[in-house]
Amino acid sequence: MALLTFKGGIHPDDGKSLAKDKAIVELKPKGDLVYLVSQHIGAPASPIVEVGERVLKGQKIAEAGGFVSVPVYASVSGTVKAIEPHMNPTGATVNSIVVENDGEYEEAEYAPVKPLDEMSKEEILNAIGNAGVVGMGGAGFPTRVKLSPKEPDKIDYIIANCAECEPYITADYRRMMETPEKLVGGMKVVLKLFDNAKGIFGVEDNKPDCIAKLRDLTKDEPRMEVLALKTKYPQGGERQLIYATTGRAINSAMLPADAGCVVDNVETMINIYRAVVEGKPSIERAVTVSGDAVNSPGNFLAPFGMNQAEIVEAAGGFKTEPEKIISGGPMMGFAMYTLDVPVTKTSSSILCLTKDEVAANEPTACINCGRCVDACPSRLIPSRLADYAEHHDEAAFTAHEGLECMECGSCSFVCPAKRQLKQAIGSMRKIALANRKKK
Amino acid sequence: MSENKFKISSSPHIRSKVTSSNIMLMVTIALLPASAFGVWNFGLPALGMLITTTLAAVLTEYIYEKLMHKKITVNDFSAVVTGLLLGLNMPPTAPYWMGALGSVFGILVVKQLFGGLGQNFMNPALGARCFLLISFTGQMTTFIYDGVSGPTPLAMLKDGQAVDSMSMLMGRIPGTIGETSVIAIIIGAIFLILMGVIDLRIPGTYIVTFAVFVGIFGQFTKAQAGLFDPQYITSHLCGGGLMLGAWFMATDYVTSPITKKGQYVYGALLGILTGLFRLFGGSAEGVSYAIIISNLLVPLIERVTLPKPFGKGGEK
Repeated sequence: MALLTFKGGIHPDDGKSLAKDKAIVELKPKGDLVYLVSQHIGAPASPIVEVGERVLKGQKIAEAGGFVSVPVYASVSGTVKAIEPHMNPTGATVNSIVVENDGEYEEAEYAPVKPLDEMSKEEILNAIGNAGVVGMGGAGFPTRVKLSPKEPDKIDYIIANCAECEPYITADYRRMMETPEKLVGGMKVVLKLFDNAKGIFGVEDNKPDCIAKLRDLTKDEPRMEVLALKTKYPQGGERQLIYATTGRAINSAMLPADAGCVVDNVETMINIYRAVVEGKPSIERAVTVSGDAVNSPGNFLAPFGMNQAEIVEAAGGFKTEPEKIISGGPMMGFAMYTLDVPVTKTSSSILCLTKDEVAANEPTACINCGRCVDACPSRLIPSRLADYAEHHDEAAFTAHEGLECMECGSCSFVCPAKRQLKQAIGSMRKIALANRKKK
Repeated sequence: MSENKFKISSSPHIRSKVTSSNIMLMVTIALLPASAFGVWNFGLPALGMLITTTLAAVLTEYIYEKLMHKKITVNDFSAVVTGLLLGLNMPPTAPYWMGALGSVFGILVVKQLFGGLGQNFMNPALGARCFLLISFTGQMTTFIYDGVSGPTPLAMLKDGQAVDSMSMLMGRIPGTIGETSVIAIIIGAIFLILMGVIDLRIPGTYIVTFAVFVGIFGQFTKAQAGLFDPQYITSHLCGGGLMLGAWFMATDYVTSPITKKGQYVYGALLGILTGLFRLFGGSAEGVSYAIIISNLLVPLIERVTLPKPFGKGGEK
């Protein structure tokens, strides 16, 4: 059988060998922990602790600020030192609860859990929402909301996004190798919510060991299937993954649920499992520290709120001074000018690169070669869209479907003229979307 | 570790190793077999012509950019490609000054005055060749081979005479410096395909459409070829500038459609126009005019072949 995939995309050097074989190491932070009240899409959480108060690991310190919001939990025990704004990995300033770690890791008492078979759908959803689970692949959308579509009976597929198509990142890979039963357990929980759905694990074929492990674990699960996907970026893009696994195509105006699909990534599935089956809140995640500037690249289980500089220290610090540090993958991650930011629910990776390839490549004139057209998974003409964007021609930009861009960056990657195509298109998209809302 | 010292930019943070200049360099390399064959076939004057047109193209670009206080872009190899292509399109007996004049026209008028690399709407080398053809028709269409001035095989074909398609394939025939050897041109083209610089969409459609056209309409010419006469079709494919044009000039990125469907339309248009010009036009050759006319139609072709986005009925 031909491998499942989508049309377009790129094949960057994957850099995964740096950290692929390093088992996840649990980290115990030393410094203060900074809990941003907004690590998700939606209303910020509201703090429910006061300065000077002692908190326990796993204790709720901020309550969800609305339906599309999630609570925040402490990941260590200690004293609330301050409630003040702090910078997040994207450079924005967000209100935060700062906890001074007492190093005891005294854990809060969790409410006892019911066996999954005895839980109602409402109870499962509440457990997920209450645990503060969000989409941990990068978007940070509250999972409880995602799992509550208007017509749950019309959901045909629950897709676990096990593609991990971003170069360098191996956190999901290690999770699948080390605790695949929790991933499958998470899928079991989600399938309980959707009676007509089938569970699919979509894994890129550069991870044959994961495919074998998951196939073995799900061989007695009639509602689950493991599908091997072609290794290609952005195979883990939501629209590409849905198309590759189900043959259904959605555009920017549609949600996966409109095509009868719900997509959650590996870390999210594991947090769903922890929330519902173990009754534990979302307080930590697997983070890959990699790149040629790091002494010993590896994978770590990092508590939310832990300073990212401390995590890099845990990976042996820098062997050479990095020129660029990226939160997330090199294709869609954010460049950070400082490491003095906390780990959040969506921090999948800290990538430290000796050389900044963007600065090293001066943009030149477009030669109309069409490589961006071949690479664009949304079937757009990125070079033209970037021209419209640079000329502030919003009408032409929208007419040529610029809003369909999902900002995967494949066009900028392949461009031989080294134009900042995605940057130009992305900026214009923001303007066009904002203007559309105004109308 | 909290000093603000790391570089910031929008994602993606990695870039492929392919650059515009190494693409142009690969095209230059791919033209070397045809150039070498031309020099071997026509002797040292051909070498002198290739050097003249290439140097003149690069110098024109350099001097223009210097005078206009623009960024000097001669190291992107695009002027080298233009100069070399023009040289390959010159008769080996034309005077060097004519080649140099062509290079100046191509770079200055066709390319730089329209905004430089990426902005020209017509292939600069072909624009220059057509300028020379119109200005110096006699010298540009006189082909002396082995000391004898005579018609090219294509002209003989048009006149209904028999031609030797084997020597046309090899290139031991009169013609412009770089167009005669199909084999040398194909070697370069295969290199470009393997390196991912060009694909078959444009040249494939061009050649197939052209072959079908002459196969059908050859019977209405002086040659009175039979329907799909293989000998007649082969002679047309191997004769004149078709191969050089299809593989190296119709595939010019800047002056061909960026849409995939548009590339098929463009290739088909080239095939039909070349066939029309060759079979029913005044001259035996038609490739150059077919390409520059199609260049002008590119914006229109793109407009009607815009792809539909994924999820909106577009190709999946």
